[in-house]
Amino acid sequence: MELTAGLPVKPCPPWSKAEMVSLWNIFITFAKIGSFTIGGGYAMIPLIREELVKKGWLSDEELPDIIALAQSAPGVLAVNMSIFAGYKMRGFKGSLAATFGSILPSFLIILLIAMLFTGYQDNPVVVRIFKGIRPVVVSLIAVPMINMARKGNKTWWAWCISFLVLFLVAFMNFSPIYILLVLIVLALCFTLWKERRSGNG
Amino acid sequence: MVDPVLFLQLFWVFFVIGLFTFGGGYAMLSLIQTQVVVTHSWLSESAFTDIVAISQMTPGPIGINSATYVGYEVMHQAGASHLVGILGSMTATIAVVLPSFLIVLTIVRFYTKFKGNKIFEGVMSWLRPAVVGLIGAAALILMFKVDWPASIPDISVVKENFSDWISWVLFAAAVVASLVFKIGPIPILLAGGLLGLLIY
Repeated sequence: MELTAGLPVKPCPPWSKAEMVSLWNIFITFAKIGSFTIGGGYAMIPLIREELVKKGWLSDEELPDIIALAQSAPGVLAVNMSIFAGYKMRGFKGSLAATFGSILPSFLIILLIAMLFTGYQDNPVVVRIFKGIRPVVVSLIAVPMINMARKGNKTWWAWCISFLVLFLVAFMNFSPIYILLVLIVLALCFTLWKERRSGNG
Repeated sequence: MVDPVLFLQLFWVFFVIGLFTFGGGYAMLSLIQTQVVVTHSWLSESAFTDIVAISQMTPGPIGINSATYVGYEVMHQAGASHLVGILGSMTATIAVVLPSFLIVLTIVRFYTKFKGNKIFEGVMSWLRPAVVGLIGAAALILMFKVDWPASIPDISVVKENFSDWISWVLFAAAVVASLVFKIGPIPILLAGGLLGLLIY
């Protein structure tokens, strides 16, 4: 059984539409996404959906792929997703533009705070604003999950995986990376076994 | 005058942190703490705690924010000027991103090459629903903390994010706004911040 069996069954995703996106446009879009990513990588997902999927730069099917693979690599999830999405749009240069874009706003804000605003974290106005933002961030993370489940989970098996992962991470405090690695190995074994069986029959 | 070796050390420490962080920003924080506070004693425990608080209260990924801040503070504590401090934060930020940049680029090339391949699609058909579960878990973790002191779980609300009943009203309002009225995330975040300012 070769890994390359039936390789170009489906052509690669259409890159033509993405060719038209300028590097500056990618940079600005990710700077906007980075400015509103509050509270970690998963908070970036609704923003990526809003900015990239609705503009047609990325398909709804590619979004879960990007999240899965970005989470499988080391580093910060938000940056990994930017690298991935940027590459999808304009290759290596697109990755660079997206990464710089998503990092720059927070870089400047942090520097400003480090140099000028001592006691920022105890400032009453800042504390109040964040008291309002934090619960809203949780809703914004939850909503794309509902959309993804409705579009992506077409079999009972998919629902089993979703709920099992949710349970293991949220209730048993498992780290996502180990779960993904175990799933990759199991899925690979299962798929190879199925291919071999159908090949023989 | 800051020893140039400090830049090299800073770069190396954050490069290694970037390479060995699996599981996002919070996993990165403990690695940064070990290296910066314990191993190298560049910053005090309380200075680091402040940096973590600020990183959570600014836009941008927490891991990147703290790398930027630590890079500046390390130089600042060594008696450097603002400009050298900025160079320090650039060093730490670039170093922490570089390993994942190289690794993700490799993965992305693999992805574009094998997309459509039966076996690759077979594996992805397991990973896509897993992502649904991961996102759900990420939201739940921000709401509830689960401990297992005995065989029965001890579930408590995360007070940092849900301090009172108003938080839950804001949470529900944001779900409705996003799911039913299809309002984008940026207006919702701005409204959340404004309401927080007015209510609290």
